Amino acid sequence: MKLDLVLRELHRAETQLAEDLLKTSGRHHAEHEIHHLARDLAGWSAAHVRDLARAGRAHGLDLAEDVPGPGPLEPLRTALSELGGRRPEPGVLLLTDLRRLHRRAAGVSLDWELLAQGAQAAKQTELLDLASRCHPQTLRQLKWTNAMLKVLSPQILTS
Amino acid sequence: MGKRDGITEPWGTRTPYGPGEPWPVRVDRHLADGLRPDEVDRWVRSAAVLHSNGDGLDIAVKDGRIAGVRGRADDRVNHGRLDPKDLFAWQANAAPDRLTTPLVRRHGELVAASWDEAMDLIVRRSRELLDEQGPGALGFHTSGQLFAEEYYTLAAIARGGLGTNHLDGNTRLCTATAAAALKESFGCDGQPSSYTDVDHADVIALFGHNMAETQAVLWSRVLDRLAGPNPPAVLCVDPRDTPVARAATLHLAPLPGTNVALMNGLLHEIIEHGWADLEYVQRCTVGYDDLAAMVADYPPERAAEICGLDHGEIREAARLLGSAERLLCTVLQGFYQSHQASAAAVQVNNLVLLRGMLGKPGAGVLQMNGQPTAENTRECGADGDLTGFRNWANDAHVAELAKLWNVDTARIPHYGPPTHLMQMLRYAETGTLRFLWVSATNPAVSLPELNRIRSILDSPRLFLVVQDAFLTETAELADVVLPAAMWGEKTGTFTNADRTVHLSEKAVEPPGEARPDLDIFLDYARRMDFRGNDGEPFPQWHDAETAFEAWKRASAGRPCDYSGLSYAKLREVSGVQWPCTPDSPEGTERLYTDGKFFAQPDYCESYGRDLITGAPMEPTEYRAMNPEGKAMLKAAEYLPPHETPDEDHPYFLINGRTIHHFHTRTKTGRTPQLRAAAPEVWLEVSERDAAAAGLAEGDLAEVSTPRGAVRARVRVGGIRDGVLFLPFHYGYWDTDHPAGKDGDRAANELTFTDWDPVSKQPLFKTAAAALRRIGAVPAPAAEPVPAVVDEEVVR
Repeated sequence: MKLDLVLRELHRAETQLAEDLLKTSGRHHAEHEIHHLARDLAGWSAAHVRDLARAGRAHGLDLAEDVPGPGPLEPLRTALSELGGRRPEPGVLLLTDLRRLHRRAAGVSLDWELLAQGAQAAKQTELLDLASRCHPQTLRQLKWTNAMLKVLSPQILTS
Repeated sequence: MGKRDGITEPWGTRTPYGPGEPWPVRVDRHLADGLRPDEVDRWVRSAAVLHSNGDGLDIAVKDGRIAGVRGRADDRVNHGRLDPKDLFAWQANAAPDRLTTPLVRRHGELVAASWDEAMDLIVRRSRELLDEQGPGALGFHTSGQLFAEEYYTLAAIARGGLGTNHLDGNTRLCTATAAAALKESFGCDGQPSSYTDVDHADVIALFGHNMAETQAVLWSRVLDRLAGPNPPAVLCVDPRDTPVARAATLHLAPLPGTNVALMNGLLHEIIEHGWADLEYVQRCTVGYDDLAAMVADYPPERAAEICGLDHGEIREAARLLGSAERLLCTVLQGFYQSHQASAAAVQVNNLVLLRGMLGKPGAGVLQMNGQPTAENTRECGADGDLTGFRNWANDAHVAELAKLWNVDTARIPHYGPPTHLMQMLRYAETGTLRFLWVSATNPAVSLPELNRIRSILDSPRLFLVVQDAFLTETAELADVVLPAAMWGEKTGTFTNADRTVHLSEKAVEPPGEARPDLDIFLDYARRMDFRGNDGEPFPQWHDAETAFEAWKRASAGRPCDYSGLSYAKLREVSGVQWPCTPDSPEGTERLYTDGKFFAQPDYCESYGRDLITGAPMEPTEYRAMNPEGKAMLKAAEYLPPHETPDEDHPYFLINGRTIHHFHTRTKTGRTPQLRAAAPEVWLEVSERDAAAAGLAEGDLAEVSTPRGAVRARVRVGGIRDGVLFLPFHYGYWDTDHPAGKDGDRAANELTFTDWDPVSKQPLFKTAAAALRRIGAVPAPAAEPVPAVVDEEVVR
């Protein structure tokens, strides 16, 4: 049975996604929609992390329930983002960040897929319920990053 | 013939009536001092332009000047009535500080110029930027106060001529969420119901809608029902103690930003108690299971805790809504300008869908507009969608538009949703949008976080064109100012919040060299030498009526079908509701009467968005979810607002409107009676909060947020504890503050920049603020301005 491996990897990836969403939010203070939405969507990932940690206990795992805070660099990120907020160059950085988030969310999505498949085969109803509840939100995060890239890239790439 | 004070009695004499009876006629009139009706030279047909109600009226002309107004007894909207702004604000047309020549900036100063000089500057800059960067460098910010012909022309020029995706109206601030909520639920914009539903309803529920002040004549209709036999029950949801709240059977005052939680709590009860019409839901909607699962998590206790309400109030409200036989719901800025705007407004649609209260007399939803012609901005494609409620993500719709305009499909940007205003300003802030043409609106006062907005508009990187009748705070920052004709000085059509189209005819000449907005746009197009594929000048029309005929063709076959209308018909009938086609020449009172919607995948205006993330749905997803084009029940969880009170800023601050003023007071502030009625900004504070801050009625207070501070005289009471209210109308044109400097009068100095991810409507009702007393400063002596108007009840 390797479901504990999947849980561990999913917990790691989901934690990383939450952290990256928070970092992106901090780094793009002047991009208001990105700033606010990335923070809201980090909330989904943080809830997934908590639920995964709780589910992990039954599988002998000791996983952290909380996503680490944004860290000591957060005020610096915010200050830098405001300094650069009136210049076009951070536009490319924004695209890079969205692209990374998208790939990160895609990885998490695949892990949820694996967990759901394994849980079905092993008749682990609780894990299947967890995946059914969380995976749709990951897909929405994935669509959001894709949509923002689609909306913002034409202006950034042609100016 | 009676008289009343048009200011202190804004809703006039009661004319009670019962359910299903016709609303009696009462003709209101106000003429210039000493002028008798029989001395008027001409009465010219028009409608009201200082709110979204669309009251039909005639303009009195005496010696070539506007000399008063009279409500039209035969108009379906107002049955003769007029509100205070309608009655008095016509005087602003003759204000001495109208713009009468173009202005251009030379050595930092705006100086008078000829039309040729001004237009040459604009055209030269347009061409430079097109060569250097392409159409993405140019953007247009228009209004909710022009005419359909003008929006249609601007949309054609921006999208079909220049090929820029950057065109949006100030409707983004007032009505974007109405459009978004309708698109989410019904696949397409278009007001489902009619004002006549007030005549039949047994429960009227107003969600964040201070109808008494924003649509005063419609409120008269409600008051007349309340005064008649078998009156409706009224539910009011508003943190303020508005005139609506005082007339209501039940008033819920939730904390700002918690509307989704409240609505989910109400829907929880509707489902739990079996008040849903499951047959209707089954036949006409998709999405019930997801909605039921979502609201199951919002029992009244939980909703009440989030909203700062008593759970008993939520239960009682749900019972009222659940037991209504003819339920009419209305929604406005209390939802649209609040956190989770679209998600909350969609839940009101869900309420009427769950209850099967749609498409029959007295039952439905009115997602209201804020401005007189906002509907036209939306339908003509001068904001977030393509002309004629066409879907930017549907290639066939774009091809149809290209064929209409006789331009290449590739010319019309459709690689993403049309750029919304807040995003355009962000592009301007980063310097990638370098040309902005603002028509008939005043972002330097109306948008959130004014310090930021001014810095964007004032930036030397941005070439700013402002087209207006007055030197507004925005015009002060412009590179070129174009003097525009106003209502009464030009001809065109416009459409109110219940799809009623009116013709507004030219009554007098505009002052000086001021020109109709339509002529200015067409002049630009000719100077830019836009051509269709046949080599003929584009747009292919040249005046108001040819523009209207072109717009009719663009609307034909779409939900907002004007093809059965003409100027001639609108000169015969006072107000016709679209769709109006050769098959339905009298117009259409209610949409969706047969449980059929405009939501078929090939026809719908929008494939919808995620209510939380705002991400557009893909065509294939939509097709899978809603193959038959039913109405859509869409669920959303509550998320906390992005700014909430804390120790340093312990209050919620919201801003909004008053009955006496419109937008940034460019007209109402130049109207003696309206100016005297509300001369200065004020702050509403609850009794408890006033006592805590040591504030007495009339004291001067400072309210501040991290963005700035506003000083205002205090009005104690009329609002729930913990919430402060400022009217947003007050800017700086009539103060000593020079434009471009930070002031302490405009409410939007304090707002923070955040918008609804679905409708992209900026939020004006989410901010955390501090409050302190400055002192008891005597108010300037008020100068009484007589405001007597005539009213005649026709029995």
